Amino acid sequence: MTNVITVPPSLDDYSFEQVLEQVAPLPADAKLLVDARHARWASPYGLTALLTLAQTRSERPTLAVPELEDTLSYWSRAAFFQHAESVYDLHGQYPKRRDTGESNVLLEITPIAKSDDVHNIVGRVQERAQQIIKTELKLDPKAIIGFAMTLSEVCQNVMEHAGQGGWVAVQSYRWTKRLGRRVVVIAVCDAGVGFRRSLESAPGHLPSARWDDAAALEEAVIRGVSRFRDRSRGQGLAGARNYVGRWQGKLSVRSGTARISIVPSWDDEIPLAEGLAPFPGAQVQVIIPEAIAAGGSPER
Amino acid sequence: MMNHIDISSVLRQTLACDLYSNLVTRSTGAAVRDQIEMLLGESHDRGVVLTVIDFSQVSMIDFSCADEVVAKLLMRYASDDPPQDAYFLFRGVSGDHWDAIEAVLERHGLALAVEDSGNVQVVGVLSDDERRAWDATYRLRRAEAMEVAIAIGTSVESAECALEALRRRRLVMCVDGQYVAVGSPRE
Repeated sequence: MTNVITVPPSLDDYSFEQVLEQVAPLPADAKLLVDARHARWASPYGLTALLTLAQTRSERPTLAVPELEDTLSYWSRAAFFQHAESVYDLHGQYPKRRDTGESNVLLEITPIAKSDDVHNIVGRVQERAQQIIKTELKLDPKAIIGFAMTLSEVCQNVMEHAGQGGWVAVQSYRWTKRLGRRVVVIAVCDAGVGFRRSLESAPGHLPSARWDDAAALEEAVIRGVSRFRDRSRGQGLAGARNYVGRWQGKLSVRSGTARISIVPSWDDEIPLAEGLAPFPGAQVQVIIPEAIAAGGSPER
Repeated sequence: MMNHIDISSVLRQTLACDLYSNLVTRSTGAAVRDQIEMLLGESHDRGVVLTVIDFSQVSMIDFSCADEVVAKLLMRYASDDPPQDAYFLFRGVSGDHWDAIEAVLERHGLALAVEDSGNVQVVGVLSDDERRAWDATYRLRRAEAMEVAIAIGTSVESAECALEALRRRRLVMCVDGQYVAVGSPRE
């Protein structure tokens, strides 16, 4: 029997939870048809998480591609289908060749597996990020290098801790629905071991009385704890946290059944969400918004 | 003697690729540090070695790479059993590199001498006594503990204590019984 998983029309980090809630009761080898026919929009998180979802299944799932031409075109520009072909059986018509025309995709979906990939990713994003951060987000040029550093560190997190490859995508867009401002967004998703199991593998690890995915995320993201004894480790996410704090951005890290967020004043998400539908690995999102002028509206 | 190590050249050799000028990833940083240590090892027999670590051609450095290239290098040569008597002067460190370098210096309680427009200063984590002793030594170019004590208005014992701490941290050298700040014009 095939289980139909409905992809919401607008797919982002929030609405992806609806996908996971549908998948959660099913065994890993259950046959899935991920129905994205009515999808109209997807964030970088939504697209990379969809690829990651397929990697968590022991039975190769089927994906029914979006019906809307614009959506197909955008997902194609983001290189979604190119990678989806390797993890899904795709059902429906979609562009076979990636449309590389002008778009707000800073970095199309790109696999991360080794150090060279991170060099490539940072090198490719740097020039365009410079232009977007300065001219569209109106941020101080100092934000540019921090953005590249943050991107590098969140990608390395996959290499160091996932135990398998992951996906990254970077995009800039006007976030009308939630913020009414332009944002640049980094999404990094993997289906690896996740934070709790990674920290449990540390030599001499002693779980606290309340040891679960949420506690592991607090350790890693807030206290900079790593599975390595070397106290140099664990600086990457701490650096990303400082960066988003400095530029009024948002960092969210989901792993297992919990999500921890560094929440800026413009957002109302709870800092620690527990009891979510289980999802292996780690999913990281960084959002850097356009600067606001003293009067309260985006700078012009 | 003085060595000069251009980090971007070391990076290109390490990656065997001319395309990258970014110091990113921990594994790249570890490989770059290995290469630096190998170059330092080649001058092992030549006594006290001052090495300029030149970041001028490096576009950016991330936290993990700064930890490997800067922090672990300093910690190894400031340990109780350093591979050789080596000192470091950092050159070409711009604002684009500083966030990552500052973060790792703070995390490990380290300090380094950095040259900027011909002047040298120490940055990172130092006690007030160490900072004042270093500044005085740099101004005096070559000094005994007593001269430093007079310059900063403290006892000889206190000055000696601060200077010895700076020597262990590779921020001042001891040459013919006198202290010389790393990067002092006489070097």
